[in-house]
Amino acid sequence: MYPSRFKYEAPKSIAEAIALLDAGKGDSKVLAGGQSLVPMLKLRFAFPDQLVDINNIPGLNYITFDADGTLRIGALTRHEDLEFSAEIAKRQPTIAAAAPLVADPIVRARGTFVGSICHADPQGDWAATMIALGGHLVVQGPKGKRTIDMKDFVLGPYATALNYNELAIEAVIPAPKGKAIGGYLKLERRVGDFATASVAVSLDMDGTKVLRAGIALAGVGGKTIDANEEASFLVGQTLTEANINKVAELVAAKSEPRTDHRGSSDYKRQIVRTFVKRILTANSAQKVA
Amino acid sequence: MSLDEIKIGGMGASRRRVEDNRFIRGKGNYVDDIVLPGMLHMEILRSPVAHARIKSIDTSKAWDMPGVRLVLTGEMMAARNLAWMPTLSYDTAAVLATDKVRFQGQEVCAVIADDPYIAKDACAAIVVDYEILPVIVNPVQAAAPDAVQIRDDKEGQVGNKVFDWEIGDKSRTDKAFDDADVVSKIELHYPRTHPSPIECCGSLADYDRATGKLTVYMTSQAPHIVRAAVALVAELPEQNIRIVSPDIGGGFGNKVPVYPGYVISILASILTEKPVKWIEDKTGNLISTGFGRDVYLKGELALRKDGKILGVRMNTVSDHGAFFADAQPSKFKIGLMHSAFACYDIPTAYMFSTGYYTNKAPGGVAYRCSFRVTEAMFFQERMVQAAADDLGMDQAEFRRINFVKDDDFPHRTPFGFLTDSGQYGKCLDIGLEAIGYKNFEAEKAEAAKRGRLLGIGISTMTEPLGAGNSREYDILGIKMFDSAELRVHMTGKAILRTGAKTQGQGHETTWAQIVAHELGIPAEDILVEEGDTDTAPFGMGTYASRSTPVAGAAVAMVARKIRAKARKIAAHLLEVSEEDIEWELGRFYVRSNKDRGVTIQECAMAAYSNMPDGMEPGLENNAYYDPPNLTWPFACYIAKVEIDPETGVWDVLQFVAVDDCGVRINPMIVEGQIMGGLTEAYAMANMQYQTYDEDGNCIGANYMDFLLPTAWETPGFELYEVVTPCPHHPIGAKGIGECATVGGPAAFVNAVMNALKEKGVRNVDMPLMPNRVYEALTTGKDVYGMPPVRNGE
Amino acid sequence: MSSLFEEIATPPSSDIPIRRVTITVNGEPRTADIEPRLLLADLLRQGLKLTGTHKGCDTTNCGACTVLFDGRPIKSCTMLAVQADGHSVKTVEGLASASELHPIQEGFKEKHGLQCGFCTPGMMLAATALLEKNLNPTEDEVRWALSGNLCRCTGYQNIVKAVLWAAEKMRAESN
Repeated sequence: MYPSRFKYEAPKSIAEAIALLDAGKGDSKVLAGGQSLVPMLKLRFAFPDQLVDINNIPGLNYITFDADGTLRIGALTRHEDLEFSAEIAKRQPTIAAAAPLVADPIVRARGTFVGSICHADPQGDWAATMIALGGHLVVQGPKGKRTIDMKDFVLGPYATALNYNELAIEAVIPAPKGKAIGGYLKLERRVGDFATASVAVSLDMDGTKVLRAGIALAGVGGKTIDANEEASFLVGQTLTEANINKVAELVAAKSEPRTDHRGSSDYKRQIVRTFVKRILTANSAQKVA
Repeated sequence: MSLDEIKIGGMGASRRRVEDNRFIRGKGNYVDDIVLPGMLHMEILRSPVAHARIKSIDTSKAWDMPGVRLVLTGEMMAARNLAWMPTLSYDTAAVLATDKVRFQGQEVCAVIADDPYIAKDACAAIVVDYEILPVIVNPVQAAAPDAVQIRDDKEGQVGNKVFDWEIGDKSRTDKAFDDADVVSKIELHYPRTHPSPIECCGSLADYDRATGKLTVYMTSQAPHIVRAAVALVAELPEQNIRIVSPDIGGGFGNKVPVYPGYVISILASILTEKPVKWIEDKTGNLISTGFGRDVYLKGELALRKDGKILGVRMNTVSDHGAFFADAQPSKFKIGLMHSAFACYDIPTAYMFSTGYYTNKAPGGVAYRCSFRVTEAMFFQERMVQAAADDLGMDQAEFRRINFVKDDDFPHRTPFGFLTDSGQYGKCLDIGLEAIGYKNFEAEKAEAAKRGRLLGIGISTMTEPLGAGNSREYDILGIKMFDSAELRVHMTGKAILRTGAKTQGQGHETTWAQIVAHELGIPAEDILVEEGDTDTAPFGMGTYASRSTPVAGAAVAMVARKIRAKARKIAAHLLEVSEEDIEWELGRFYVRSNKDRGVTIQECAMAAYSNMPDGMEPGLENNAYYDPPNLTWPFACYIAKVEIDPETGVWDVLQFVAVDDCGVRINPMIVEGQIMGGLTEAYAMANMQYQTYDEDGNCIGANYMDFLLPTAWETPGFELYEVVTPCPHHPIGAKGIGECATVGGPAAFVNAVMNALKEKGVRNVDMPLMPNRVYEALTTGKDVYGMPPVRNGE
Repeated sequence: MSSLFEEIATPPSSDIPIRRVTITVNGEPRTADIEPRLLLADLLRQGLKLTGTHKGCDTTNCGACTVLFDGRPIKSCTMLAVQADGHSVKTVEGLASASELHPIQEGFKEKHGLQCGFCTPGMMLAATALLEKNLNPTEDEVRWALSGNLCRCTGYQNIVKAVLWAAEKMRAESN
């Protein structure tokens, strides 16, 4: 399998990249980690006129926490960087749980967090994680920067709110209001398989009381499923078995799985229900003070 | 002083592999690694649809692209009488489609260009106008009275049936069922899967007009068969055809047949007068080359209350795809399916088999098995477990009651094979002990407290490995035997060539060990070479675990011929008569004085410098070995699994394998074969399958959908051995490469079914994906057939 | 390569963008003119004749094409060669020194961690990347680190043993 011909540009600055995208008039693709894009080029599912490779733009690979605890992830931060970050492990349990489950270890060494979100695969792990965390993206275009809330970013399968002449430069995850807990579970038939169903859960706790709750799902709908409204049932509550069961039912009902060779829609709902329960139960058992 | 056989790398030595020296340095030599001056590259345009009439093909845009040298269509092949080729099962298969396409992925055009990127661009520029026809994706549709006829190219073909075939004694078997206390019935499907070596198929054809010589480097497990096929199909003189199988990146049966790509690359080289390389991509490999399985079974066992099996009835329906291109001994229509129940003492059996054409990829190959033996043994062991459950008997005890006993050999199997050796009960005992069978119920109860379901599954089987003998086994009339040629040089070093072809089995290491065993020449002094038809003796290649049973025997036999000649030379050198000479490893000596002797190396030198009067010089010979029977290894595989009832996910807690493959030449390599085979068994049981939607689109056309397990999911395996030498093999060895793939799947499935038994579930067809297990355990109902595929949802 | 003679193929038409790249491959700078769509695996194999890097699946699943890119394992059939401009690549051919095998190579031979040899180069490079980070891995850590590389022959058990063997040897050497 070989890609068709394209023009290749490797800008050295964000401004240069945006100018190239703008000139490309929608027939360009941004190349970051390339772990989804290059296979699509080879399969000739994608045949852009121009590739804008952002890997030579300095200063886009970072994981930083602001003084208030806001997390910023640069456009060239690789999955692996998150997987092995001690800070992430300590402060963002949902991301820490999801990172090792993204694709496979070799893909994680090259693929990027932001690129994966922009690819908007309904089975993608990071879009769900970001929605559960209430994150947003900072994007930059010819007219400057704007932010897009993650819940508004994914429009459909492989479709996002990004304009053709905009580049997503940073993912921002707000500081937890209290102690951050959470988790990520994914049913895959083998490492690197597309998710049959995945569940991202993020809670901010004040002792045993839930201050904020976010849940999002992958693999169980035409796009990432935002179940934050259902999760908000937990706000002000404690993680009792009854509350956990209740929210698991709400979230399962919110999913929109379709029957395919990975399982029936009922089965996928069952996985969602089970995973929500398992993540919350595991967290309820922890010391959350 | 006698030599230490292990030290010289003889039989029984876990000798480290010779071939590894190049592989670990990245210096293997696979087809795609070979570069010839002026080489062109070929890409194939495949049909996107499963069944359609070709109305027109417009190649003009492709011809116009810079760098394109040749665009071939079916029409151009037909003009050279090459649009169709014979299959190994007395059918024909299209090389490039002329009239219709009959499966998704069928070869329609080929482009030859300066580089593969351009060739691919040109393929994309070809316009084919298809008139879509109704699609048939399973035997039920194929058998429907109003079904569209797929093979309208074949004169005399009625409907879509490929064959009806029967074997066994029907009336006697019917009588056994009439007399039975209990009849146990089960319906099973062995899903379609693919051998899928990591390296895809490919060829590099180099036709030299000046000499008339055609050299083809290709991914073939059986280069000599290819040479014969090319001679017959392309009508080239056989002495001018040289087929070279270089290093092969895994075969597993996938690289036995002759594929259109090989043939087209040969014609392209003849037409362009340049070397032409064709390297298939993964999708091409998965959707067009030899698949495995796709067989449905209705199985019945006639049982006496005490557990004795009185008779077997099997009815199989198989899906062969668009062309009957199964790679198997030609006269057996459903391979060696009738080897089923060979390890059980059963008086009578009857099998009726029907095969159908469908709009799916052709070529049911022996995917790591001797021609449908995998299906035979899977069906057998699933039927056995169901019967034990129906009788309420312990699964191990039920097997033991019905095993052929150690002193009951030779034994005629229910379908008429002759088994010759084995210690079935002993293997089972070792397996049960290792898995802790006695404690299982307690373990199960313990797991239940944690909310988990435990299951234990056994699979025991003996299978026929190593076709021929030539009386019964042939491919298109070519008898199945194998060969070896040994040349001992004057310094006592040697080169050995065989008609087999290693693809990872380690022949370069093990064949030398056999020679070391027979002659006492250290294994490191013996170079082994295979795969070049200009130099290797004629042989039938490597598949069906036949290398050791057949070619390995030929190696021993040729070494013995060499030893016989060396003995005469030794007598001459020692100035005694041949009768006064004794042999010990590596050395002849005078019986009356053990200190007076000559080494095999000294005999070798003398063969070129000091041979007896009247003796032909040299120390070289060859041997053709036609085995008197197949070899019958035995295996007992036991799996212990745990099911998560909330998700249907099952994990293997323990897996025990007890293999009796007779004498082991290189235990390390034997164990490697077993672990690899078990992994493929696990893969098939769990995730590795292909299916088709109603439009004939292949689901499983790349590694995103066709799942092979990684190091993470693959369970650990505990291996045990029993050695019952093969009575007719010169070194007592039996085949082993495929045993675990053949016997393994039933162990996993039986284990999961054992766990589900109390829910009232009797069968879930493979693949045992979590959703199917969950469905069975929550509904208490069986899950039959392939995972459903829907369109447009 | 000698500059005495190099045939210039038909000059490419101007609409085919050609790029000059310099990549440090196994420690040596290599310069080539390439089309941007050329995959790194094809540059290594066809251009630089380093055929130890294999192409298996084309869809970033099998890992037979794994090489080290600035020390990180990547699947070289999923990277454009042009992206490697100015970077360093290590292939299986760069594992051994002139006189000595890398311990991972020895381990694969010693523990029968390969059969057909096709996945072996990628598997060994993925393993060396693990050992760079963790010289004392558990069996599970090895299995996890190699889960982006498929092997069809061995069943992985001996591959895991090979990596653990190499780790032990490297630990002994570093002491």
